[in-house]
Amino acid sequence: MANEAEVTQSGSNGHTAPESIGQRPKVPITLLEDVTIRFAGDSGDGMQLTGTQFTNTTALHGNDLSTLPDYPAEIRAPIGTLYGVSGFQIHFSSKEIHTPGDHPDVLVAMNPAALKTNLGDLKKGGVVILNEDAFDEKNLKLAKYEVNPLTDNTLDGYTVYRFPLTKITLDALRDLKMGTKEGARSKNMVALGLVYWLYNRPMDQTLEWLKSKFGKNAQVLEANTRALKAGYYLGETAELFNARYEVKPANFKPGRYRNIMGNEATALGMVAASVKSGLDLFLGSYPITPASDILHELSKYKNFGVKTFQAEDEIAGICAAIGASYAGDLALTTTSGPGLALKGEAIGLAVMTELPLVIIDVQRGGPSTGLPTKTEQADLLQALYGRNGECPVAVIAAKSPVDCFDSAIEASRIALKYMVPVILLTDGYIANGSEPWLVPDVDLIPELTTKRRTVKSDATFLPYDRDENNARPWAIPGVEGLEHRIGGLEKQHLTGNVNYEPANHEFMVRLRQQKVDGIVQDIPQTEVLGPKSGKVLLLGWGGTYGAITTAAERLHSKGVSSAHLRWMNPLPADLGEILKNFEKVIIPELNLGQLRKVIRDKYLVDAIGINKIQGLPFTPQEIITAVEQYL
Amino acid sequence: MADTPKVPTPPPFKAFPGKASVAPPPMQAKTAPTPDLNVDMPVIALTAKDFASDQDVRWCPGCGDYSILAQVQRTLPELGVLPHQMVFVAGIGCSSRFPYYMNTYGFHTIHGRGAAIASGVKAANPDLSVWLATGDGDGLSIGGNHTLHILRRNFDVNIMLFNNRIYGLTKGQYSPTSEVGKKTKSTPYGSIDYPINPSLFALGSEASFVARTIDRDPKHLQEVIKRAAHHKGTAFMEIYQNCNIFNDGAFLNLTEKDVKDDNIVFLKQGEPLIFGKDKNKAIMLDGFTPKVVNVADVSADKLLIHNEQDPILANILGRMSEMEGFPCPLGVIYAHERPTYEEQMTEQITTAKSKGLGDLKKLLNSGNTWSIN
Ligand SMILES: Cc1ncc(C[n+]2csc(CCOP(=O)(O)OP(=O)(O)O)c2C)c(N)n1
Ligand code: SF4
Ligand SMILES: [Mg+2]
Repeated sequence: MANEAEVTQSGSNGHTAPESIGQRPKVPITLLEDVTIRFAGDSGDGMQLTGTQFTNTTALHGNDLSTLPDYPAEIRAPIGTLYGVSGFQIHFSSKEIHTPGDHPDVLVAMNPAALKTNLGDLKKGGVVILNEDAFDEKNLKLAKYEVNPLTDNTLDGYTVYRFPLTKITLDALRDLKMGTKEGARSKNMVALGLVYWLYNRPMDQTLEWLKSKFGKNAQVLEANTRALKAGYYLGETAELFNARYEVKPANFKPGRYRNIMGNEATALGMVAASVKSGLDLFLGSYPITPASDILHELSKYKNFGVKTFQAEDEIAGICAAIGASYAGDLALTTTSGPGLALKGEAIGLAVMTELPLVIIDVQRGGPSTGLPTKTEQADLLQALYGRNGECPVAVIAAKSPVDCFDSAIEASRIALKYMVPVILLTDGYIANGSEPWLVPDVDLIPELTTKRRTVKSDATFLPYDRDENNARPWAIPGVEGLEHRIGGLEKQHLTGNVNYEPANHEFMVRLRQQKVDGIVQDIPQTEVLGPKSGKVLLLGWGGTYGAITTAAERLHSKGVSSAHLRWMNPLPADLGEILKNFEKVIIPELNLGQLRKVIRDKYLVDAIGINKIQGLPFTPQEIITAVEQYL
Repeated sequence: MADTPKVPTPPPFKAFPGKASVAPPPMQAKTAPTPDLNVDMPVIALTAKDFASDQDVRWCPGCGDYSILAQVQRTLPELGVLPHQMVFVAGIGCSSRFPYYMNTYGFHTIHGRGAAIASGVKAANPDLSVWLATGDGDGLSIGGNHTLHILRRNFDVNIMLFNNRIYGLTKGQYSPTSEVGKKTKSTPYGSIDYPINPSLFALGSEASFVARTIDRDPKHLQEVIKRAAHHKGTAFMEIYQNCNIFNDGAFLNLTEKDVKDDNIVFLKQGEPLIFGKDKNKAIMLDGFTPKVVNVADVSADKLLIHNEQDPILANILGRMSEMEGFPCPLGVIYAHERPTYEEQMTEQITTAKSKGLGDLKKLLNSGNTWSIN
């Protein structure tokens, strides 16, 4: 835990802390700058929920924060197994932070498997809070512990707090006449209550949430409420802890904030784009982890005229979107890597017919079904090149959960302005991760202009005529006099009629390429963080922003700068010059070097890669260690 | 920032390199609308020509597709829908070139996916009259899944499936409707694929309208097109079509003068299924099993009477086309309206909006928010 500051402060801080029981003197409170906690347990233990609750309370407290859920692909993985462990990490701070933290300060382990899979990540000397009831023979065997780690030296060097969390839960619920199995489910609330106490957080937010979630089921509501409070009292009365901690609110810009996950931000960004363009939003999608939440989220917004269409497969999802685009809606299709592969041919159709379309790929571990619930950045080349023929597509990548909102609007803006499909790449890490979001002023989000043509002009209508951006008109069916036919066969310049002439084909191929290249005029200058020239430029894209920026900040004094790309195609115009200002260009990526390939190809720069393909995001320290070899 | 790229000077263009246009096979003279179809026909001063685009039609001379195009163009003026209110969508195949020849909005898409694209068009703008041209390969092989799903969802789209029992555009491989044993380029030893029956496929996919017709009977084709156009919901038309290049004569038994009357039974709502050159044969049901009988031998009340609304009968009629010794039923096999997808989608949206129009400011500020001053 960083920066221990002055001690002693009263435990009650104005929030509803439960009445303190017993005569025990108040435990002093230590101020910290930032803390990382990881909740880990069986997938049935409710760790995602526990983490989310702690996150929401922490957000309301005013900390900057960043979260990392990590859960297995199986919905109900066999209980107690190593691969059934589900984890949720939160990093919160009184300063600005960009990542969910390198190494947890605190590990809450609900069973042996959770301890085994997570202990290695814990900081030296870190705190382990564990449910000793779960350390029975069966669970130890499932976790492949030959000796009980509570009895050998496995936990030496850590501060260990063992509690019989299951028993405490059942005791608290004794008179509720619940089965043991059912009652024990609330043990995550005991753990949460305990952690609330330890970090001096009020329970109000969670109590409210329990009411709204279980209001209709009095018994479950009562059980969870009691369990939460039991955890809090446990902290107060157990006399085990000799310190509590406090992380003061961060110094945020004034304004209204909410905590937001990437997928939620993406969905809101698309609704905003619909409102700002005056077009109805149409989503054609087929469920796939980790993208489905965008479909779920957008399905709620019928009052905004949003049409969501759960198609029979990814191909139908994008094709319906293309149809909707042809008929004048703001069209969207959402998927993950395997789905993007299926959409390839239809993306080509959108390129050929020059229709606006936003395609969102929430990347996950590949290839094939790969690691459905884990993150990766290995779809970049697929997004850039994964189609037949010369088929240029604009590609943009979001860098953080909050940035998904802006990126969705930006993707829509470009699609509508240039009459092109735009691929927006996010990833499982930012899609499911969350951070505080300064809610933007709606009036400051610019209107999106479209190429819609709704009246006939006197001249013959030329569906493939172009404006100064090479964008063609968007003539919507239903308008008299603008009847025209489009399709995937090569188009004659201007008329759009089918045309197989050699010269026309080459001309059209070049024209489509130039149109996409021309988007460069819309891309802002690249921001270099740190010295503008020097030894090393860390160049990144997408969800690695937090880790790379944090690493670079710690290395600025050693001549390390960073730059982060939002536009992957086209690349910003100033990038070539910037690369030249550094002795070395190092590209950290969660793949085998896909951006590196593109940079080498385009700028003939001998870029170096830092590559991790473990389904997990970088920690800043991993990047620092790798960069230091080159300093 | 890099220079904004400039568009190169376009290379010189020659006129569209179309061959001299081929004359469509001779058609019957314009047929009068059939009175028994019970549809309104607003008088609009449009003619078939108003629906024909300026593009040369480029099917092989003698291809059955010409007749289908001509009947569609002849029928549309009677529907009261103007060309700009119509969208013709198609997949890929000879048949799928259809939209290029229509002076309406048109979208020639990718192989098999026309149904999905048409669904999106209709969802985006339910006011449009949306048509889909597809083939037995396009709609039942690569696009079979999408055909299934558009039918069960019941978008108000009119589907014309040109069944020539062959892949025409790729020059003659067998298709999902080709008979077992068929010799084609890809089945020199005869096909071992068991074929699918398109009308039965549609019925099994919960189609709300299924009809069967044939390129060589313009009058019947027009009737069916009209009925489909007036059906609210997905209207599935299986149109037997002769590919005179790769599968010539596939439907000879239904087109040759001397045999066709014995091989076709025209379905008319509320009427017995009478057929034969001398109108002397009819169908009777023995339980669920159809039998061919002599009209003279059976009292009229025993004869099977057509009821488009009966889904069980529809399945019997769908199957009959491949039953030995039975005539092929042509006409509306099944028609039973139910709410369309887009209607229900619109209704959900209208209801949601009536409870309070979406307010972006409110939406962004929803959830657990906090303020920092
Ligand atoms: C993805 C894809 N696969 C294959 C093809 C080649 N292809 C074009 S049309 C066709 C078959 C068309 O058969 P059908 O739908 O029966 O149409 P017809 O030509 O007989 O009218 C095939 C295989 C293609 N265009 N695209
Ligand atoms: S190949 Fe067959 S189906 Fe295609 S245009 Fe020629 S005759 Fe018609
Ligand atoms: Mg065919």
